[in-house]
Amino acid sequence: MNNSSLPADEQIHSHVSSPQQLISIFVALLGLTALTVSASTWPVGRFDVWIALGIAGVKAFLVAAYFMHLRYDKPTNSLLLLFSVGVVVLFLGVTLADVHQSEPQVQAAGLPQIPASEAAP
Amino acid sequence: MSTTTEPKHRLPQFISPRSTTEQPLSYLTAERGIRSWLFTLDHKRIGVMYLIGILTSFLMGGVMALLVRTELLTPGPTIMDADTYNHMFTLHGAIMTFLFIIPSIPAALGNFVLPLMIGAKDVAFPRMNLASLYLWVFGAVFLVAAMGLNGLDTGWTFYTPYSTTTNSSVISATMGVFILGFSSIFTGINFIATVHTMRPKGMTWFRMPLFLWSLYATAIIQVLATPVLGITLMLLIAERVAGIGIFDPALGGDPVLYQHFFWFYSHPAVYIMILPAMGIISELISTFSRTRIFGYRFLCYSSVAIALLGFLVWGHHMFTSESAMAAVIFSALTFSVSIPSGIKIFNWLATLYKGSISLTTPMCFALSFIVLFAFGGLTGLFLGALATDVHLHDTYFVVAHFHYVMMGGTLMAFIGGLFYWWPKMFGKMYNEFWGRMSCLGIFVGFNWTFFPQFLLGTKGMARRYYNYKPEFQGLHVVSTLGAFVLGVGLVICAAVLVHSLFRGRKAPPNPWGVATMEWETTSPPPVHNFEDTPKVTDPYDLEGFVLNETSGNYERRPAGITSSQKPSEVKA
Amino acid sequence: MIAEASSATQAPSRFRAHHFETAEQQYAASKLGMWLFLVTEVLFFGGLFVAYAVFRTLHPEVFMNSAQLLDTRLGAINTVILLFSSLTMAWAVRCSQLGQQRGLVICLSLTIFAAIVFLGIKGVEYSHKWHEGHLWASQYSSGDAASVGGFDRAGTFFSIYFAMTGLHAIHIVAGIAAIGWVLMRSLRGDFGPNYFTPVDTVGLYWHLVDLVWIFLFPLLYLIG
Repeated sequence: MNNSSLPADEQIHSHVSSPQQLISIFVALLGLTALTVSASTWPVGRFDVWIALGIAGVKAFLVAAYFMHLRYDKPTNSLLLLFSVGVVVLFLGVTLADVHQSEPQVQAAGLPQIPASEAAP
Repeated sequence: MSTTTEPKHRLPQFISPRSTTEQPLSYLTAERGIRSWLFTLDHKRIGVMYLIGILTSFLMGGVMALLVRTELLTPGPTIMDADTYNHMFTLHGAIMTFLFIIPSIPAALGNFVLPLMIGAKDVAFPRMNLASLYLWVFGAVFLVAAMGLNGLDTGWTFYTPYSTTTNSSVISATMGVFILGFSSIFTGINFIATVHTMRPKGMTWFRMPLFLWSLYATAIIQVLATPVLGITLMLLIAERVAGIGIFDPALGGDPVLYQHFFWFYSHPAVYIMILPAMGIISELISTFSRTRIFGYRFLCYSSVAIALLGFLVWGHHMFTSESAMAAVIFSALTFSVSIPSGIKIFNWLATLYKGSISLTTPMCFALSFIVLFAFGGLTGLFLGALATDVHLHDTYFVVAHFHYVMMGGTLMAFIGGLFYWWPKMFGKMYNEFWGRMSCLGIFVGFNWTFFPQFLLGTKGMARRYYNYKPEFQGLHVVSTLGAFVLGVGLVICAAVLVHSLFRGRKAPPNPWGVATMEWETTSPPPVHNFEDTPKVTDPYDLEGFVLNETSGNYERRPAGITSSQKPSEVKA
Repeated sequence: MIAEASSATQAPSRFRAHHFETAEQQYAASKLGMWLFLVTEVLFFGGLFVAYAVFRTLHPEVFMNSAQLLDTRLGAINTVILLFSSLTMAWAVRCSQLGQQRGLVICLSLTIFAAIVFLGIKGVEYSHKWHEGHLWASQYSSGDAASVGGFDRAGTFFSIYFAMTGLHAIHIVAGIAAIGWVLMRSLRGDFGPNYFTPVDTVGLYWHLVDLVWIFLFPLLYLIG
């Protein structure tokens, strides 16, 4: 953005999205929403969650890259977002692995008949 | 920093005539009245208010610690009943952790020093900075209010399902901790944004002082880990209020999931506590050895490595509750954290080697830090190893271990840093002799208190117990006596600092001969930090300064003179 | 009400804090600050996604059956509404960058309107659940899902459902307040090509709320 009446110190340079781009992203997001709704009826068994997550991932990418301007922004901000998602995946992955490993013992211990007040360690 | 935009600091309109006489107004005297403090956006005043707040909390937590220790003088009741004891150690832990250690170095010292160190006028978001202070105050009110309501007897970890069933004031306390989390996040966001966008031209990442690196690494953890604590406590509150059953096994929940949630924050939080301390130690060791810090880049990388590895080891708090597979993995990963910590210790030792060491008060605390932190770190290896941990889990060995790291580490560095920057903060020199005495008292008292606890732990004394077998009493008595010695040391320390405010010699701009930018300005600094924009120089160029014997100030060595003057110790 | 093109005449440094050298630096700092805040939001919601994953993988059949009790049609409509609000928010940023005061006000108003409609539909869904007793674990009272050991596993699904959508709804409310604040300022004519930071940062926040919903919708409504 150039406003020649202002000194350089007061100017901000940033990307302006064109109407065509905004509209086409919006249309793509609507299409993907329709796709994910219909995908939920496909007979794919346990893969349904991965298909759902994949489509949601594409939608999230479109929103982040274009609506949130990450494509035209400093790479630091994109890295931050990716890094935070990475930390969530780490948290989720390790916790999930542990819970599934210990589930047989939990089942064997015969939960949850004990009242909560006596369950304290 | 540009030299054109801002006019030089001018006197504000409402000043008392007394202060105009000799020197330019400092941030302490430029404006007067309570409102000028409560609504200030000045990072230095906010830092000072934080300092007052956290020292008050430390006093509160410390008194509780002494009461707990006194109770443990004898088996069975000594001065309080079992229930009071449970409340007392819980509040001691919660206050020390959430109100004192976590904000201590970043929010109080970091707030004051960080903008000065990069030659800036303020942090990136001054209003957010003030908001973080007020959030801390509100959080503290909620947490301490629990004491006045039904107390808090869950231990500072709020483990479910006890925390969802006890009749003590868990909601008030956890609301407080939730709010304190926001305060911590705001500080972290502010520091990262400031370091990223406000460094002056010429200060590249690898020309930053190490304290900034450690604050930056700390801020990363604050931003990434604290929200998980937030959601954990929200779920805990929802569990208590509405019974959503995420953590309560009676409703189909999973109490071990709570532990995962809690430690996913609280283990990295341990590094929120220790990383800034390590940054302070890097500054102190270099300054008072009058040598360039050894292995600068490795100290930078090891701070970031500790911050990142800190996210991979939370399961070592759960060896007895998680699956065997997870325990083995977490145990292995735990040992990896010792690598960057070891790098730091060895770099400090290498800096001391052939240095011209002056045992000023901050240096005494820094050396104590190295000893105590090495003890704390090495005993941590016993707890990280699965086989020994089964024996030591939840014993006094753990208590001694984390007090060596948290108190012997963070507190020592905090006090050392406080003595180091005290002349800058308040413009007064303190009494060196009594400063060193306080360090001696704290060091001796600390070891006296906590070393016996290692022995108690190996003998099987479980932590958090009100009662114990008579055979443990001897060591408990020793530990309690040490606690009072430690208390005396801390009182001396407080007395030295308070005394300096009233009777202290006026501090020169650079009493220690340091090249980092905060020492370029007057002590205490003016409102906008610098009268003249400072030049970016090598932060560890200690050779470039000579002591002016009459003023006690270190001045930049004029160009051309190369002979290295013998550093003189600053006189008491 | 709308101060047309006032930005061109405003004093240059009206919104620049004294400790920044240039407007560009202030803009970059604010934006980085907002992204850092969004990181905390990702982690905040992340915890709930972990809880979701744990309970779903332990009891897949419970989640499959319980998800049938949600109204997919209303969920899909709400998704479209939120996507639309994201479009208008992105457009509002464009308007502020170009100094189009009218467009800015219209876009922000549309965004707030869409957010309120979203909350309305959410309220309708919640009241259905309330009447049918499809509530969180301790309040769940419907005998149509697998019952184990004195409590109903479907309650766990609804605990997660209410925690996730409830927290999301709180974020919508906060978003309405934030956008309302930006709307007030834009009516005052504060924004223009060289000062639109609040529009941009509040926009980022709003898109994140949308992002969370993009994942919540298929994970809660479309299991089957």
